[in-house]
Amino acid sequence: MNRFEYVRPDTVAHAVKALADRDARALAGGTNLVDLMKYEVTRPSRVVDINHLPLRQIEPAPDGGLTIGALVTNSELAWDPRITKRYPLLASAILAGASPQLRNAATTGGNLLQRTRCYYFYDPSTACNKREPGSGCSAIGGVNRIHAILGASDGCIAVHPSDMCVALAALEAVVNVEGKDGKRSIPFSAFHRLPGSEPQHDNTMLQGELITSITLPASDFGSNHTYLKVRDRLSYAFALVSVAAALKLEGGEIRTARVALGGVAHKPWRDPDAEQALSNSPGAP
Amino acid sequence: MSSAEMLHVGRPISRVDGRLKVTGQAKYAAEYPAADLLHGCVVSSTIAAGRIIRLHTDRARAMPGVVEIFTHENSGKAARQDEDWRDDIAPPGHPLRPLHSDRIQFDGQPIALVIAESVEAARDAAALVRAECAIEPHCTQLEAKRSQAYVPPEKRSGIPPPSDPRGEPEQAFAQAPIKFSREYRVHAEHHNPMEMFASTCVFEPGGKLTIYDKTQGSQNVQSYVASVFGLKPANVRVINHYVGGAFGSGLRPQPQLFLAVMASLALKRSVRVALTRTQMFYLGYRPDTFHTVSLASDHQGTLLSIMHDAVAETSQYEDYQEALVNWSGLMYRCDNVKLSYQLAKLNKATPCDMRAPGAANGVTVLECAMDELAHELDIDPLELRKLNFASMDGNTGKQFTSKALDACYREGAAAFGWSGRRREPRAMRDGHELIGWGVSTGTWEAFLQTASARARLTDDCKLEVSTAASDIGPGTWTILTQIGADALGLPLEAVSARIGDSTLPASPVEGGSWTAASNGSAVQAACEAVKHTLFKRAQRMANSPLADASFEHIEVKSGGIGRKDDPRRSLSIAEVMHAADLTEIVEDGQASADPEQAKRYVSYTNSAVFAEVRVDEELGIVRVARIVCATAAGRILNPKTARSQILGGVVMGIGMALHEEAMIDHRLGKIMNHNFAEYHVPAHADVDDIEVIFVDEHDDKVSPLGVKGLGEIGIVGTAAAVANAIFHATGKRVRDFPITIDKLLAA
Repeated sequence: MNRFEYVRPDTVAHAVKALADRDARALAGGTNLVDLMKYEVTRPSRVVDINHLPLRQIEPAPDGGLTIGALVTNSELAWDPRITKRYPLLASAILAGASPQLRNAATTGGNLLQRTRCYYFYDPSTACNKREPGSGCSAIGGVNRIHAILGASDGCIAVHPSDMCVALAALEAVVNVEGKDGKRSIPFSAFHRLPGSEPQHDNTMLQGELITSITLPASDFGSNHTYLKVRDRLSYAFALVSVAAALKLEGGEIRTARVALGGVAHKPWRDPDAEQALSNSPGAP
Repeated sequence: MSSAEMLHVGRPISRVDGRLKVTGQAKYAAEYPAADLLHGCVVSSTIAAGRIIRLHTDRARAMPGVVEIFTHENSGKAARQDEDWRDDIAPPGHPLRPLHSDRIQFDGQPIALVIAESVEAARDAAALVRAECAIEPHCTQLEAKRSQAYVPPEKRSGIPPPSDPRGEPEQAFAQAPIKFSREYRVHAEHHNPMEMFASTCVFEPGGKLTIYDKTQGSQNVQSYVASVFGLKPANVRVINHYVGGAFGSGLRPQPQLFLAVMASLALKRSVRVALTRTQMFYLGYRPDTFHTVSLASDHQGTLLSIMHDAVAETSQYEDYQEALVNWSGLMYRCDNVKLSYQLAKLNKATPCDMRAPGAANGVTVLECAMDELAHELDIDPLELRKLNFASMDGNTGKQFTSKALDACYREGAAAFGWSGRRREPRAMRDGHELIGWGVSTGTWEAFLQTASARARLTDDCKLEVSTAASDIGPGTWTILTQIGADALGLPLEAVSARIGDSTLPASPVEGGSWTAASNGSAVQAACEAVKHTLFKRAQRMANSPLADASFEHIEVKSGGIGRKDDPRRSLSIAEVMHAADLTEIVEDGQASADPEQAKRYVSYTNSAVFAEVRVDEELGIVRVARIVCATAAGRILNPKTARSQILGGVVMGIGMALHEEAMIDHRLGKIMNHNFAEYHVPAHADVDDIEVIFVDEHDDKVSPLGVKGLGEIGIVGTAAAVANAIFHATGKRVRDFPITIDKLLAA
């Protein structure tokens, strides 16, 4: 672990200012960042501890949805009655990930920003374009049975490891960020990105931006949904492949279908073909 | 001691060290404080073969708090001969000498040691050391070296080589009506006990060392350190009071021990070196093995030929060996048997013993082949095993001291409900899950090693029993306390055990499931010697009520010594000691195998393992819904700790069946899943119902206590039972362990 400056702002404005340095990193639950620092994968010049920011609320959103503060923990979110009632798909996706201990510490914003679990990314003695742009990709031709099968590039076949994000993709959440140029909202489908020639960038946030909350739209898919995760053991393993599926039924027919895949690409993978095939169909084969 | 005299032995006593452990008071090797302690961090090689051209240490040296950086160019003085580096457990070859030369023979090999005033400074500086290397070709792939496999020219002490062929195995195979040859593979599994390897070397003025080490044998470490550094054994004391799991990984001294002692002697300061979880993957492991198993039988299922040929990996520098194929010659009755065992050298660290070394993997493939034979014959797989029951050891021609395996089959099957099994695969289903039932036999040798113990009885009726044993988790502290209490008729609270210290009476390393039998019998012998001395002293007293008694008529209980047949004729222990002007009686005892008996008998622990799996056919997800493990292990000293041993073994067996595997990038020669997130062992969700049965087994030959040992047996057979259940559920036979989703879907 390198030596770093530690700051603990108590307003979002101060945090954004502290994050303006290129090598600054925000620390929330620390469940991923601290590991990355121990493995010498990330060597921040400054760690900005955002745990004192007022971002721990789950509140009604103006359009009837919910806004979830970036520091709401995964456990709080999964067990919040508003989530279990209106967005049970999200709750079950969260509970399919990690362990209770990790979920107690990990946060909503942090979950979106967790890095890939590619073995080579975590081993600085190997080449990795995501860790060290231009160094090559050791996973191609190497140990890669957990890697991407969709949307990979010549430079990176890593996958995004989150379960929660697969449900958020299906639910069409919005990510609210704040940076030196002010606030903006990013549709979930535009938040994570494919590796292309710049696999070092997991998402479309700009330098110095901070996730302050995510918004779940009012349309909730509360009744017909499933999160199915296939993994190498029955708990505490990243997905080989997972699917978040949600349906809106009308008169026994599928009106709208949402299908998102996890563990298969550099971002949660919406499958419009599957959604289209299911939508406006009787639902039974 | 008869069962009637046993108040504590045989009862489910909770661990006497349990409270210390769960409250954090039990100290482990990396937790002992020392004045002015220095901290070491190991720098590991990142290539699998080559030479170090230069180690760039300038940036690391500039880090505040760094005291010294040791490399092969400035490592301290150490022995030059291989023999001086060979510990009690070492296989033939050239033992690893950390920082000895510029040669790199495996990824993860220690190449430097950073010593600093704080653990953080050492760790951060270690990350700045850069090795400039000349890379040489390497091979980490067993299949690539299989054709160059060789029979190890020098045998490893304590490991029987495969027995010579008997009968006409090839001819019998050729002529048999039912036969097949199958290829199996069990991938390498890595040791990951909860406690990582660490040594705290306390340097005392005058050069004496007290070393707190994570080891399964304090005296093995003591003699290794004395021999490697040319020290007097009396000046090296090794302590391992508590060991946070080991499973064989702590049988041999690990590199952090050498490094801590080397730095301590060079700097004349106390030094601690602890390995990281990643570095645990560069130590010993269960070797990757290929197996060809050929079975032949008549139409009724009587075995006519067994051939088992195996190739196992070893390192460039040592010929690690384990009894991998021998089981195939002794588990079933068969007159025509041929076994072979070869090694292939790879650029990896030397493998090491891992829970039931050789049996966990070797028995697994034989038991899968037996299941395949039962399927070929269309007979019940349990019936096939009973039909070929071996009532003597075919490898040696010797008798078993006991073998209640038939009771394991019977009681295990009854508890499992085996009679309700539909024979054909894919016959049982529950919703979207296919259900399969599988069975396997398990076996492990029951050893009695030479061990010594001391018993100290004081005039206030307090007993201390001591031996340089270790407790790597099975409950050694507890069973020695129970044995001592029963031997001298004392309540448990009056007895204390002392173990985990090289200054105590001689003990072998804790391994092979022999500690309960060996050290337990030694404690019993020492207590018996105390009783004898007490009796002699009592007889010498004026007007002794025991003057005309013989030792056999005497019992010691409730703080007194008296005649069994006349409790009124007794004396208190205090009055006997005071009359002799004693405050304590101290005696030593020993246990060792009887060489005469060994000419005629062999001893094995046996088990029958039954597994139910549920397989989601579309997704390939396997759940082990329940396991019944019935074990015959002689006398059970403590059903509670004994059950825990079996539970742990079964869980490791589930891991062998479904999860554990080092994933190696053979281009780089590197293990890539070197952490607990990616190296999978069963999580809680993977472990469902496990029922443990101990069948009655009386054995008056295996050890003075009639104990066989339980550390290993739980893992043996479990993986095969699960694999056989998967076949029964799906009709798919995966012969490559672990059985992961991709292999099952592709089968």
